[in-house]
Amino acid sequence: MYQHNDFDQAFLRNRNAQFRSQVERRLSGSLTEDEFKPLRLMNGVYLQLHAYMLRVAIPYGTLSADQMRVLAEVAERWDRGYGHFTTRQNIQFNWVALTDIPDILDRMAEVGMHAIQSSGNCIRNTTADALAGASADELADPRPYAELIRQWSTDHAEFQFLPRKFKIAVTGSPEDRAAIAAHDVGLQLVEQGGEIGFRVLVGGGLGRTPMLAQELRAFLPSAELLPYLEAILSAYNLIGRRDNKYKARIKITVFEHGIDTFRAAVEEQFAKIRPAYTGEDQALLAEIAAQFALPDLRENLAEFDATTRAVDPLYAAWAARAVTDHKRADHASVTVALKVAGEEPGDASAAQMRALADIAERYGYNELRITHSQNVVLPHVAREDLPTVHAALLRAGLAAANMGRLGDIIACPGMDYCALATARSIPLAQEIAQHFQTLGLEEEIGALNLKISGCINACGHHHLGHIGILGLDRAGAENYQITIGGHEGDKKHPAAIGEKMGPGFAYEAVVPALERLLRTYLDLRNGAEETFLDAVKRLGLAPFRAALYAEVRDAA
Amino acid sequence: MSRTHAKVVSANDLRAGHTVYLTSNGGWSRYITQAEVITDEAEAQLRLLDAIGHATVVVGAYLVDVEPGSDGPKPVALRERFRAQGPSIHPSKQTARAEARHVSA
Ligand code: HEM
Ligand code: SF4
Repeated sequence: MYQHNDFDQAFLRNRNAQFRSQVERRLSGSLTEDEFKPLRLMNGVYLQLHAYMLRVAIPYGTLSADQMRVLAEVAERWDRGYGHFTTRQNIQFNWVALTDIPDILDRMAEVGMHAIQSSGNCIRNTTADALAGASADELADPRPYAELIRQWSTDHAEFQFLPRKFKIAVTGSPEDRAAIAAHDVGLQLVEQGGEIGFRVLVGGGLGRTPMLAQELRAFLPSAELLPYLEAILSAYNLIGRRDNKYKARIKITVFEHGIDTFRAAVEEQFAKIRPAYTGEDQALLAEIAAQFALPDLRENLAEFDATTRAVDPLYAAWAARAVTDHKRADHASVTVALKVAGEEPGDASAAQMRALADIAERYGYNELRITHSQNVVLPHVAREDLPTVHAALLRAGLAAANMGRLGDIIACPGMDYCALATARSIPLAQEIAQHFQTLGLEEEIGALNLKISGCINACGHHHLGHIGILGLDRAGAENYQITIGGHEGDKKHPAAIGEKMGPGFAYEAVVPALERLLRTYLDLRNGAEETFLDAVKRLGLAPFRAALYAEVRDAA
Repeated sequence: MSRTHAKVVSANDLRAGHTVYLTSNGGWSRYITQAEVITDEAEAQLRLLDAIGHATVVVGAYLVDVEPGSDGPKPVALRERFRAQGPSIHPSKQTARAEARHVSA
């Protein structure tokens, strides 16, 4: 894992001292709220509906057991005993006092954590495949590049006041586990003639005008990453709109000018910028990459995994969903679901964070990851330890193993926390998960991605859900629009934005509508191998639309 | 529409961040039931200006449309009803809360 060096440590200390004094000046009245707001946003501090919220960066989703313990401590000492992991691999504390935040930041800095680039119109924390550096199908570990991007972009003078926030995601494997098509820039490591480089996508983003990223370059030699990113940002900084907040994202720039014109603008900047890079970045990358080397994986009795599966059905069922193949056959990656039916998706209590830290320390080479589906991964576990890890997760209430199923819902904070919300999303997610668990249909339904956003900003990525739900406020009542057929993109289906089904549903009507929809799928599918998404592709939307609105029509 | 509604002044506590309402004695309460309900539009604007002056106590003061009622003013907008009531999340958070050493109400 990347260890902060003296420079990083001094940088964080200075930054925290600066923010402490800014908070003091705000409290004494020498800074107005208008002056203070951009300063607090640069340090991850939002003012929400009921409280301040602190968003802490977990760069490329990687953290150590000690860092996880400090997150637990922050939850306990300064918040209400829990934290919320987000789809951008961050953690949010929803109940912190402004007056405590300087102390929280100092405590986190002791373990190299911070809230920089977690908000504001800057280059946000670069996200990466949660299985990076571990997964068997990976071409190369994307995290050294993500760390290079972090070091280059932090406080980069040219990118402090972009037209709008800017999000980059990078994946190192052919299976996209980082939703790169939904980012301002999506990077995928690819190989050409024995050389490693990037396929570069640009202009993805959801929100009120959902768009999937388009290909800007099919192959960019990896040594040209920073000058090329700089060229993209310069082009955007020059021609991107600043007149209208909603048209300021790069997706609109690309859409309005067209990908070819935008590409020409990027290449023009690139020609100017490229010569300035004379190899220092590559030397730095080599230093960084050395820190992401695989831990010293130990020899072990890997067969114990298979023999336990054969005799313990509970373990076998968990392992079938939670265990992913590792680069080294005698190891595996374990995904831990933070989606217990009836609980808040993505939340972890301080005790759960500590349990995860302990498990990571004892069985996981000290490493943890946060996934973009708001779950946690232990990237390296010896196969012989998997049954023990399962038992430990059971004790911590974390052995749900519903990854990729209906219960693995992504839900934004919605009206329960968020100042921008138009409807609730978390309680709806809880009701849906519980309803289908009670019916016992989750397993039968199989692979399904359900995503909920509490307003048009689409933090829950509902457009990319096989079933997406968008909560709106219609004349003072919550109203939920359902989309189907969305997809993040994988080898089987390209990324797609879901189609709106029709008029929205009242809060109470959503669960019954989903039940009609999913029972229709079960009736119509070609056997259990045909997933919901496959069935939608084969049959089209009509039968599903009819199922959703059957009730309404009967009544009319 | 908003012209015809009574108002209360709301904001967030600058230090703790929680929702607060302006009371008739010029203080701030966490409970909307204790808020001063203002029926006169001009008076509401004056009270708001006054509240904005409390810049080292609260942040983001604004007027909230309410319907006066026997158990206190009820906000018209959905968002404001949630602000007044607090999160609707069911109490599974109690276990987490018990773990926290400080816990504010
Ligand atoms: C509660 C505080 C939050 C606020 C105020 C907030 C605000 C916003 C806004 C305004 C946007 C749209 C930006 C734009 O399109 O220009 C956005 C996008 C986004 N947010 Fe949040 N958000 C919050 C929490 C979260 C959480 C908890 C998550 C993850 C679970 C999240 C994930 C995202 C993602 C992935 C996007 C990008 C959506 C896209 O592709 O357009 N946000 N957020
Ligand atoms: S989608 Fe809307 S309601 Fe949900 S977190 Fe984002 S801004 Fe808030």
